[in-house]
Amino acid sequence: MIRGSLPRRLAASLYRHPRAQLSALLAVPLGWLVVAYLGSLALLLVSAFWRLDSFSGNVITEPTLQNFATLAESDVYRNIAIRTVVIAALVTLTDIILAFPIAYYMARVASPRVRGLLVVSILLPLWSGYLVKVYAWRLILNESGVLNWALDPLGLRGPGYGDPAVWLVMSYLWLPYMILPIYAGLERIPSSLLEASGDLGARSPRTFRKVVLPLVLPAVVAGSIFTFSLTLGDYITPTLVSGTQFIGNVVYSNISVNRPLAAAYALVPIVIMIVYLLVARRLGAFEEL
Amino acid sequence: MNPDRVARIGLRVATAATLAFIYLPILIIVMYAFNADPLQRWPITGYTLDWIGRAWANEGVRSAFFASLKAAIGATTVALVLGSLIAFAVHRHRFFGREALSFIVILPIALPGIITGLALNIAFRTVGIDLGLLTVIVGHATFCVVVIFNNVIARLRRTSTTIQEASMDLGADTWQTFRYITLPTISTALLAGGLLAFALSFDEIIVTTFTAGSDIQTLPIWIFANYQRPNNLPLVNVAAVFVLILSIVPVYLAARLTGGAGTTGRG
Repeated sequence: MIRGSLPRRLAASLYRHPRAQLSALLAVPLGWLVVAYLGSLALLLVSAFWRLDSFSGNVITEPTLQNFATLAESDVYRNIAIRTVVIAALVTLTDIILAFPIAYYMARVASPRVRGLLVVSILLPLWSGYLVKVYAWRLILNESGVLNWALDPLGLRGPGYGDPAVWLVMSYLWLPYMILPIYAGLERIPSSLLEASGDLGARSPRTFRKVVLPLVLPAVVAGSIFTFSLTLGDYITPTLVSGTQFIGNVVYSNISVNRPLAAAYALVPIVIMIVYLLVARRLGAFEEL
Repeated sequence: MNPDRVARIGLRVATAATLAFIYLPILIIVMYAFNADPLQRWPITGYTLDWIGRAWANEGVRSAFFASLKAAIGATTVALVLGSLIAFAVHRHRFFGREALSFIVILPIALPGIITGLALNIAFRTVGIDLGLLTVIVGHATFCVVVIFNNVIARLRRTSTTIQEASMDLGADTWQTFRYITLPTISTALLAGGLLAFALSFDEIIVTTFTAGSDIQTLPIWIFANYQRPNNLPLVNVAAVFVLILSIVPVYLAARLTGGAGTTGRG
């Protein structure tokens, strides 16, 4: 009886028809990711060319370049885009500098057991508690917070809320994203290359500059994809630790007011990231992800 | 270049300092949750467990907690199904667009959250779907698929297909082979991926703000709506620690399960 049962016949038929099996596996996921998700992204792109009727507040779906004209003509939007990109670059640079020593320690000095522990302790904050960490920094940078208390004996003050706070907090938030690729990149460098450099008379700093840095560059670029992209899209951090506007804030605050304008402005980080990814791919960063 | 003694000490100190930099803010927010003083000042002069009880008694915190729980469980369930289906398809079959599919899976987490959030928001509103718990689950599931996919495909690549062929040679059909052979081999990968997806969903705020509408508050959204109300700050601190625990513990368990493999490379 089992031999002829429907599930069993279905199983046998699927086994004989791999194409049917493939379609059965992929129908739902493709519907979700390709139709719903890519469709939404396409709609985002299209709606950047829609406009808001200023009298009725309705979205008009005739294609127009009005949003782009508004964005291009306004100093405010241009300055916000520049501020966001400058902070993204500063955050990336800061994270590269902060990530190197610990990544180097993990890859080249630590015992396998310590290395394992360190990887987990970098992974934990990478995956969890984003909002909690931003909020913690809000308390730390507060007028009567930890930072001012710690700096007070030295006669110094913390930066308070503002652009420097955004730079500090974002450097903090994305640091694990930089440490892990650099660590993986450093770990892959064969010791023989470093020994050869030393045998040929190069001291440590020179070996680092001439051998280690060029070999680890793709990993650094891989890490910078995260630090850059995450900074471009973040509006929570500027809201909590600064009063200044970033690309994300403009997009967020326009979502209920002027959706087409929000969509048009969201194209700025998308275009920047596409260019960034193309350059990163040329530098070999994709193998390091 | 094996670093000399001085360099080793320097690297050790720098590593300790970096870890302190990463973990001190997390420690500080936990301490604030037990702060007896309702004003958020440092140093903390006295500790209390009161706020935990009061946060739990607060209608807003509690309903936000359960909303987050529902969203995370819903998104994890959907992502488990979608992520494993794609992993099986990519692992077992060669087909047109296979590489592109692996890329599309990563896209929702590689793009800034604001792009995914805005795209879904515009799509829901254009199609005419009301924003609520269901749209939050759709949004979260979309970026959670990748962690399940990564974990399951990594496991499938490590296991040999011969045991599945052996199972079928011995007379088991596709379902029996799946139930008794394939599922047990991928079960810890599913568990680890599921834990990561849960953690990602539970503390997510950016996609959530775009997909939740005004009727539903997850715990991160409740925090975001209340951090400027001085009276509510003690409760915000406790809510923040709830979110922290429910995102960090699953990630820790997932890392233990996989030994770190599959949890790296968020994009």
